[in-house]
Amino acid sequence: MPSRINDFAIKLANVNGTGSASANGLIMQAIFRMGVPVSGKNLFPSNIQGLPTWYEIRVNAKGYTARALDYDLIVAMNSQTYKKDVAEVRDGGFLLYDSSWPLDDELIRDDIHYIGVPLARMCNEAFGAPRERILMKNIATAGALIELLNIDAAVVEQLLEEKYGKKKAMRESNKKALKLGADYIKANFTYPLEFHLKTMNANDDKILIDGNTATALGCVYGGATVAAWYPITPATSVMDGFKEFCEQYRKDPETGVNNFAILQAEDELAAIGMVIGASWNGARAFTSTAGPGVSLMNELLGLAYYAEIPAVVVDVQRVGPSTGMPTRTQQGDLFECAYASHGDTKHILLIPANPNECFQFAPKCFDLAERFQTPVFLMSDLDIGMNDWVTPKFTWDDSYTPDRGKVLTAEQLESLDKFYRYLPTDGTAVAARTLPGIHSKGSFFTRGSGHDKYGVYTETPDLYAEVMDRLLLKHKEAAGWVPAPIIEKREGAKVGMITIGGCDPAVREALDMLADMGRPMDYMRIRAFPFHADVEEFLATHDYCYVVEQNRDGQLCSMLTLETPVSKDKIKPILIYSGFPLSAKHVIDAVTARLEELNAIYR
Amino acid sequence: MPSIVKPLVTHPSLVRNELGLTIRDYEGSMSTLCAGCGHDSITAAIIRALWELSVEPCMLAKLSGIGCSSKTPTYFVGGAHGFNSAHGRMPAIATGANAANRTLTYLGVSGDGDSLSIGIGHLSHAIRRNLNMLYVLENNGVYGLTKGQFSASSDVGSKSKKGEANKMSPIDPVQLALTLGATFVARSFSGDKAQLVPILKAGLAHRGFALVDVISPCVTFNDHEGSTKSYKYTRGKHHIATESDFVPHANEIVGEIGPVGATTIQMHDGSSLRFTKVPEGYDVTDRMAAMEYLRAHQGEVVTGVLFADESVPEMHEMNNTPAEPLGSLPFSKLCPGSGALAELMADFR
Repeated sequence: MPSRINDFAIKLANVNGTGSASANGLIMQAIFRMGVPVSGKNLFPSNIQGLPTWYEIRVNAKGYTARALDYDLIVAMNSQTYKKDVAEVRDGGFLLYDSSWPLDDELIRDDIHYIGVPLARMCNEAFGAPRERILMKNIATAGALIELLNIDAAVVEQLLEEKYGKKKAMRESNKKALKLGADYIKANFTYPLEFHLKTMNANDDKILIDGNTATALGCVYGGATVAAWYPITPATSVMDGFKEFCEQYRKDPETGVNNFAILQAEDELAAIGMVIGASWNGARAFTSTAGPGVSLMNELLGLAYYAEIPAVVVDVQRVGPSTGMPTRTQQGDLFECAYASHGDTKHILLIPANPNECFQFAPKCFDLAERFQTPVFLMSDLDIGMNDWVTPKFTWDDSYTPDRGKVLTAEQLESLDKFYRYLPTDGTAVAARTLPGIHSKGSFFTRGSGHDKYGVYTETPDLYAEVMDRLLLKHKEAAGWVPAPIIEKREGAKVGMITIGGCDPAVREALDMLADMGRPMDYMRIRAFPFHADVEEFLATHDYCYVVEQNRDGQLCSMLTLETPVSKDKIKPILIYSGFPLSAKHVIDAVTARLEELNAIYR
Repeated sequence: MPSIVKPLVTHPSLVRNELGLTIRDYEGSMSTLCAGCGHDSITAAIIRALWELSVEPCMLAKLSGIGCSSKTPTYFVGGAHGFNSAHGRMPAIATGANAANRTLTYLGVSGDGDSLSIGIGHLSHAIRRNLNMLYVLENNGVYGLTKGQFSASSDVGSKSKKGEANKMSPIDPVQLALTLGATFVARSFSGDKAQLVPILKAGLAHRGFALVDVISPCVTFNDHEGSTKSYKYTRGKHHIATESDFVPHANEIVGEIGPVGATTIQMHDGSSLRFTKVPEGYDVTDRMAAMEYLRAHQGEVVTGVLFADESVPEMHEMNNTPAEPLGSLPFSKLCPGSGALAELMADFR
């Protein structure tokens, strides 16, 4: 095997709750600081302590950072999963294991290399407290990896300095453990391995951040003042982040008051109720949740849709249905959110692909919610939300002013003969609204029951339908305001490949591989519902389109056929929905499974 | 009788409040409830209380859920914003609304189905948050809009119109609120406006969540022989535990305290709740005393302000939010800007 610099994948198999996350994060961050394109995927269980958890790191100088699925090195620190982990090492790859105990015969493969490091023994000898022994075993492993992968030790030292700063004892323990692992490798093995790291400068304008933190920051920048939520994996860290940023940026420097309110609700029914109440009263308000939470919110989402009240819902999607697999990723809530609630409803969805878009789209959600007086969903997912992504530094345009939509002022109301809540007067499908406490002439009785365009209770068929027709028109109008899809065309392309959200890196990598195979394809990543005009245009100009998405039923495929004129036989679903982030390999496998069709097109 | 339209002309002799408004200015549209409905009497008491307190109509937010009671906010203060939300969810909507703008007066109207069944969780947690609002629970022990099912406040043995007896134990909103730590708990009867109006006023002035349970007979589905929420039964079992009056300005009551058991509670906004009758040994600021009194008078409809505590911070005080509405803070106070972002980016390296 030739030497491979900055192109490899490793997988660390750990026991949940043993402090492995901090050691894994240290390695990931060190590689990032070395300026090398990298990604880390945390494949963790729904558990606090004891169950298996894996962390994958992929390094790729060209910037391909979707999951690799071929592991050059597996660090097997969990005896529960030993057998499976050994089996996953690629031919000729390496297994790093704790040689404090001998390996069973059944774990021996003759086509891989074994690196035994007596981690437990060394840590037991070096550290006293039982908990410290366990934690430091992970750090000692990181020490071994520093040497095996040629991670810059100075960078690691700097990171420990930043992390533990004043906690001298912690810093010294970490240093000691790192040295144990590193020294053992130096004394007993050839290092670095044939695949290893070399400093680059690909990350100068980048940051390492998870999507939930980015969403939280976007909500602060977008001017959200009321946040209501109920704890749920994987959305909890959105609100943790929002609180942290509010503490940092929203405490009034003069008075010390909080220019925000975070309400931990009794359930998701209440969380969305609070958002609707606050929005009704003129605040930018949002909730963060996952699929099960959206299920509970369905009732009031219909109220917000019909009574035309803004609401922003961050849905960090996880594997459903039911409790499903709460710590695994999926794009399974498209239907649930696009058509949430009873009766005829349609909502606006923004679908980010990475933390940078989470940050950009969050303020956009508030703009759209207030402009169109309707619920707007930010469709993140666990992979985007909870994994650290290398993403361009966020920037902010100080000339941004929030689009608060049509809200009548006291002066405007004063000059009106009479205010009619649901009667647009400017040729658009959106009528002006009024806020409580402004003027008695704007007073209005908001209700979820049947109403006519004047806002008066009705059960008259035509009057009811008139309002419903306008709501549909409003949704159509929104198509001109949502983010356009990202479209990338290739010379000689005869096929389109469409995807959404966090599938982006895997699909792009697959497209490059397909181009190398003489099968160039055009790319479209849809970023919103209702579908932008460019989406229809792309569909109209491609006779054969793969649609890559992470759910069983091809929800995006169905929405495309429902909401655009595209004929169903043009759409070729590629559905990967088992819960782990997508790999280019998944896409290539699915495409090659239909090779004959493809060859016929490119003949 | 909704076919009748209210007269538009206001009689010149009508008394005006501090804002120069007559009681007609606090009315809403015509009630569509059954003639004789207890809820309409409560609406009249609400109108009276708001007029007497000179609440500016556009500074009132009226909220409700679903049910007969929840229809009533349309019947008072037409100049106020209202929100007839979803079944049981009013406390959640009110929480968000209040969080966004603390300068309004919040009045929620709910019923026993809305509050004690589908929305009991939301009610409970609004109490825990000490949300600053008056919550009027129009309690008739029956589902009216769906035609006569028992509600969670139906007493054991109380008979439905069809003669069926309820077997499950009732939820008493007053006892529920007391155990949850509510800071103002009262009960009244729709047929006793003299008692109800000052209670509503005190509830509006209260710092935090004021629960007023109002027994309100349903003339159509729960006013028959064998019902324990009928006019006849309530009148017969009505036990006025405390008598109180609401005094808007504290300085007006100097030297007024008189009879045995009388006491005054200073309201947070400077007004006072003056009790002219409190049972001997009963302290309206003692939660356990209130509960014990209720236990000792089981089988009776105990009314009056039963507990009040002005010392507990309401939601905004707990959250340390500014005096002005969060919803109208200038964007410059909310968005940290590009400079702060550039600086923050260093934390993610």
